[in-house]
Amino acid sequence: MKLTHLLTSAALALGLATTAMAQDTTKVGFIYVGPIGDGGWTYEHDKGRLAVEEHFGDQVETVYQESVPEGADAERAITQMALQGADLIFTTSFGFMEPTVAVAEKFPNVKFEHATGYKTLPNLSTYSARFYEGRAVQGHIAGKMTKSNIVGYIASFPIPEVIRGINAAYLHAKKVNPDIEFKIIWAYTWFDPAKEADAATALIEQGADVILQHTDSTAPQAAAEKAGGVITFGQASDMAEYKPLPRVSSIIDNWSPYYIARTQAVIDGTWESQQVWQGIDKGMVEIGEITDAVPADVRDEALALKQAMADGTYHPFTGPINRQDGSAWLTEGEVADDGTLLGMDFYVEGISGQIPN
Amino acid sequence: MDMGSISPELLLASLMVAATPILLAALGELVVERAGVLNLGVEGMMITGAICGFAVAVNSGSPAFGFVAAAAGGALLALLFALLTQFALANQVASGLALTLFGLGLSSLLGQGYVGIKPPPVAKLDIPLLGDIPFLGRVLFSHDLMVYLGLALVGLIWSMLKYSRAGLILRAVGENHDAAHALGYKVVRIRVAAILFGGACAGLGGAYISLIRVPQWTEGMTAGAGWIALALVVFASWKAGRVLLGAWLFGGVTVLQLNLQAASVQFPLSTFGWMFFGAPLIYLIHLKLQRSRISWRAIAFVTAISATGLGYALVMRGAFTPFKVEYLSMSPYLITILVLVIMAGDKSRAPASLGRIFHASQ
Repeated sequence: MKLTHLLTSAALALGLATTAMAQDTTKVGFIYVGPIGDGGWTYEHDKGRLAVEEHFGDQVETVYQESVPEGADAERAITQMALQGADLIFTTSFGFMEPTVAVAEKFPNVKFEHATGYKTLPNLSTYSARFYEGRAVQGHIAGKMTKSNIVGYIASFPIPEVIRGINAAYLHAKKVNPDIEFKIIWAYTWFDPAKEADAATALIEQGADVILQHTDSTAPQAAAEKAGGVITFGQASDMAEYKPLPRVSSIIDNWSPYYIARTQAVIDGTWESQQVWQGIDKGMVEIGEITDAVPADVRDEALALKQAMADGTYHPFTGPINRQDGSAWLTEGEVADDGTLLGMDFYVEGISGQIPN
Repeated sequence: MDMGSISPELLLASLMVAATPILLAALGELVVERAGVLNLGVEGMMITGAICGFAVAVNSGSPAFGFVAAAAGGALLALLFALLTQFALANQVASGLALTLFGLGLSSLLGQGYVGIKPPPVAKLDIPLLGDIPFLGRVLFSHDLMVYLGLALVGLIWSMLKYSRAGLILRAVGENHDAAHALGYKVVRIRVAAILFGGACAGLGGAYISLIRVPQWTEGMTAGAGWIALALVVFASWKAGRVLLGAWLFGGVTVLQLNLQAASVQFPLSTFGWMFFGAPLIYLIHLKLQRSRISWRAIAFVTAISATGLGYALVMRGAFTPFKVEYLSMSPYLITILVLVIMAGDKSRAPASLGRIFHASQ
């Protein structure tokens, strides 16, 4: 008992010592849910990390840990990073929310930033991007391009962010193609290339000729290419390797400016807890090149839609919109508030199937 | 059940594909464990095979070379494990876990230049005549060579372990290495050979994912398939036939649940009733076949359950409920474990020397 106590205090002292020593160089840590080579979500976060290194040079040291499972083990990984003397830690997946809160409470002097979550503390901020704006563009192109009128959607976990994406894509596909049908598969994973490819194949076999994905690897792109006659969209990253077909466009998450700004805030001592949710307007969400496989008029419409969201004249969730059960959600011209969007746990009218609990 | 837009033909065909990687890896591990060695590095060997196979296939343009390289890569990594555990007498559990970590790291290093590259396509065997049989042709006779290699390996390993002298020796080493040693068998040599074979099989399984099932290279792309294979060997009671059954179940239910989700198929409630009706009867027949004595009380009990089940099924005819996705997504694990555990009710057990260190002097 005594020995453990001693060891703990030694570890803590070591942690404090490193923190003290690290006064001149700021140490920034990153916790990733997948490998940095996933070609999607984690790949983009790591690009942000590299941008921080390049921007600050010797002033900043970055560390990262990849493929950290969501759940109890994440708490260990984050704690370890805090003990190593990190001044600022970004935890980059929804499932890291509770572990991040737990560790942030134990290390009041370390700053934490959790991506896509909603819980904050004096030393814990949240940040996310309005991916649903990009989903609206995808839905528009999907609705125009599909011949079978069946869009396959590979969803990951039933959390608001994913549900929001499905709703935004569906609403905008439906707007241009009233016969559209969405087939949704919940993969219950962020990263499992074999399973993602299987899901894409299952959707294609059931008639889908557009595949939207909310999982992190490029496997669905490969499966779509193998099947032929199917279009896809890059998720989180450009996935440009699959241009011009099957990938016809993409949502790119650009975290670099945010990571640089927050690191600067820690260096300046001006860091404060906040909740940030930026979209196409601030450049956190980018729309990747729309390839020539898309007809020119569809591309122009998609770009106009993007522009309207960028200058704030159009919101993807503008009424009238009903919930799946037919009850009214937004009246004519009413725009969804961020609170409802952040906690979205329902499908909009027209989508079949149930959201798992 | 209304299967909606699901085509059973395509479903069964994808089952064979989904099952092949874990089947290959599990067969290799089965031989290793029957020789008394526990190699927890399957995941590491698989992912190494995946990148070795991918790199060589891309550079040579030939998937066949790729698979050979995958087997070699997996075996090479296994050699490391063999050196550690058979010659340095290191702990097998620790060495195996280390091998997985090493394999994951090594593969991401080797794979640096291969992200986003397309591998050469693997030709499907178009077997004349057989391939034209309606339904069966699509399900059984229209796959790539590796699917058949997996199936052939099942038969080969089963017959070798059961009937051949080599298999007997391998099992002797796994059951009691001291006795095998006393009889003059080269325990270490046999184990090293088994470990290399296991590595080669795992490598093939990994390459099947990167060259055929997905097909692309992504870091960490085996995503736990090696651990599934390991569990499969245990739940299959170290028997080749059951490994095949387990792999088919796991692969099949995985593909099926994805298809059920996509088609949003409704679940008929009467299924529960039929299950309660059928299961006790099957159990009775099973007991009868084993010539166990069946008491009247058991028969009455079974009849009661069956009758209740039948009643429920008839009442609930035509009642449907949507599948719960959360149950669907855990179903591959649950069903595979359940079936194999029930089958393991007989007296099968692990090889007696499994995981124990052997040294001739002791």
